Amino acid sequence: MTTSSSERGVSLGMPELPAPAYPDDVRERLETDAREIIARYPDSRSALLPLLHLVQSEEGHVTRTGMRFCADVLELTTAEVTAVATFYTMYRRKPSGDYQVGVCTNTLCAVMGGDAIFAELQEHLGVGNGETTDDGKVTLEHIECNAACDFAPVVMVNWEFFDNQTPASAKAMVDDLRAGRPVEPTRGAPLCTFKETARILAGFPDERPGAVEASGGAGPASLVGLRLARGETAPARVVHPRDGAPQDRDVHEPSPSEHLSSHDAPQDTSASDPAHPAGPAAEEGE
Amino acid sequence: MTLAPELKDTSPEKLLAPVLSAFWDEDKSWSLDVYKRHEGYEGLRKALAMSPDDLIAYVKDSGLRGRGGAGFPTGMKWQFIPQGDGKPHYLVVNADESEPGTCKDIPLLFANPHSLIEGIVIACYAIRSSHAFIYLRGEVVPVLRRLHAAVSEAYAAGYLGQNILGSGLDLELTVHAGAGAYICGEETALLDSLEGRRGQPRLRPPFPAVAGLYACPTVVNNVESIASVPAILTRGKEWFRSMGSEKSPGFTLYSLSGHVASPGQFEAPLGITLRQLLEMSGGMRPGHRLKFWTPGGSSTPMFTDEHLDVPLDYEGVGAAGSMLGTKALQCFDETTCVVRAVTRWTEFYAHESCGKCTPCREGTYWLVQLLRDIEAGKGVMSDLDKLNDIADNINGKSFCALGDGAASPIFSSLKYFREEYEQHITGRGCPFDPAKSTAWADRTEVNA
Repeated sequence: MTTSSSERGVSLGMPELPAPAYPDDVRERLETDAREIIARYPDSRSALLPLLHLVQSEEGHVTRTGMRFCADVLELTTAEVTAVATFYTMYRRKPSGDYQVGVCTNTLCAVMGGDAIFAELQEHLGVGNGETTDDGKVTLEHIECNAACDFAPVVMVNWEFFDNQTPASAKAMVDDLRAGRPVEPTRGAPLCTFKETARILAGFPDERPGAVEASGGAGPASLVGLRLARGETAPARVVHPRDGAPQDRDVHEPSPSEHLSSHDAPQDTSASDPAHPAGPAAEEGE
Repeated sequence: MTLAPELKDTSPEKLLAPVLSAFWDEDKSWSLDVYKRHEGYEGLRKALAMSPDDLIAYVKDSGLRGRGGAGFPTGMKWQFIPQGDGKPHYLVVNADESEPGTCKDIPLLFANPHSLIEGIVIACYAIRSSHAFIYLRGEVVPVLRRLHAAVSEAYAAGYLGQNILGSGLDLELTVHAGAGAYICGEETALLDSLEGRRGQPRLRPPFPAVAGLYACPTVVNNVESIASVPAILTRGKEWFRSMGSEKSPGFTLYSLSGHVASPGQFEAPLGITLRQLLEMSGGMRPGHRLKFWTPGGSSTPMFTDEHLDVPLDYEGVGAAGSMLGTKALQCFDETTCVVRAVTRWTEFYAHESCGKCTPCREGTYWLVQLLRDIEAGKGVMSDLDKLNDIADNINGKSFCALGDGAASPIFSSLKYFREEYEQHITGRGCPFDPAKSTAWADRTEVNA
């Protein structure tokens, strides 16, 4: 008998054998990384979450070998490590694709179209929730609120933001991913693979040139209030009444570098308006 | 109270007060250079010139309250840290922004991470901590990148590390990425998670101020709370108190989302109303009206169009029967089915319940079963009372606030929209067309 009971799908009550260790060269490389991670914390066990990200960056998911590695370097039992690895949703427990496409289907995104996007992607890719396309490129799943509700509906790919999606844009995006065409998020850096993303999550900065700068500053929705506060044209159809404004506000004195048409213009500081809520306190009345 | 005369002026220039967001649209707004051009690290210099105790008193006097949902006075949290106890003290910043609807800390950290780092150095000086942590939810890699870069810049410039600005203050700052668990936004679950365990809440007392991270005195603060501190130091507590009300002073980020013409971030003095925010930003999407909204994420009881004039500060929202929470104003119009919305939120709470306590673990499970039946037209009238009853058995009887949060949408939706639940039961199904709620429903071009 060469096949184990678990491989034949029959449980004979025998516990699973310990996971095989990483090959020596892999183990040595990961141990170097692990030492760096552990050094960040006063107590080594705090390194467990980043270490699980690290082993995920090695194999694309958290394997029994990876968990054994974490247990070894932290002097924990594999049971203790497994308990943690199975608690958090970002740790995958089976082989998955290079690109994890997560459609937000929490209430707001779902209502705004996330449900439709998720349904159409499932049909388009021929996979269900948590499944991977045959080419191993795309793993589709639905995710919970990702703190980008003002950009709804939101799709995350390898945890980079794809804002204001539609079924058509999401389908085109996964087609590009499968065809190997470069895909850039609306907020975030050009996509790297899931494994490379996991390494950043383990606390190793993204060294690609331009990765930090990619996609520029805040997204458009993040700037809506700022622009209104500066008196720039509202993005919507509304014409704003300006009645009742104090005289000193009606006379606008643009600074030499200010261009009202430019989004890059330096902001008008509140200091120029004593009555402004953010202005100097001494001028404020009751 | 202070704002009452000003609120009559409806211009956004008057009503809004960008502070943290004031330069988000500048090129490389996240960089140290740009931050320093905007009085960056000036607050730290002022803070280091004070004694730590005076600094704590100053922040306390400013009236700054926690922006993570509970509204606990920040300075008081710092004051609770026992001094001279011989133990290490820790500051842990809660950047695990995961409450449905909440989307303020992530854009803040993406565009202006140094405001947080400066606030961290100030806070650590005050509480005598030499090691701080930023617990960032893992699912936001673009933000993680910029935090890595900003922390590295701050070390290089001497704002972190040994003998900061010659003050003798040593501070290590560790950026820690979580791994996907809403419960880790709960401060004691966050501490367990940061210690490398399953993120489950702890019994309190002892509170983190006494026995927090590694059983040492620990302050856990929200990102926005800490990031607001440098501006208070730079411009003065009087300036801060000139905004908002006596009990809710200062500025804050309001996040408008959903069926509105212009979703986005609006930084304003506390006490602005949803009506004012909608009026200045174009209102609901054209041709639609507001049906229900949350003042501070899904865990805060929902409001309707009757509540448009509720002052959005801690007291105002509380008096109207909800909570300010995270100021996540999720607005839904008349095309949205309340039962669908509440079912989805409840599925979220069931999914995110950590399983530690029975009322939450079992209660959220059964709420989902009932709600799914009702939404599918298979409910019976007695289910509505049963929903209320189960929610009542979760609310206040769970280990942590996740359970209370799960009960909020149930109670509030049954209060305002019981008829709509009944329609699902008598009509044997949902009367709404989800296609009409989508962002593209009213676009003229046909969606392929």
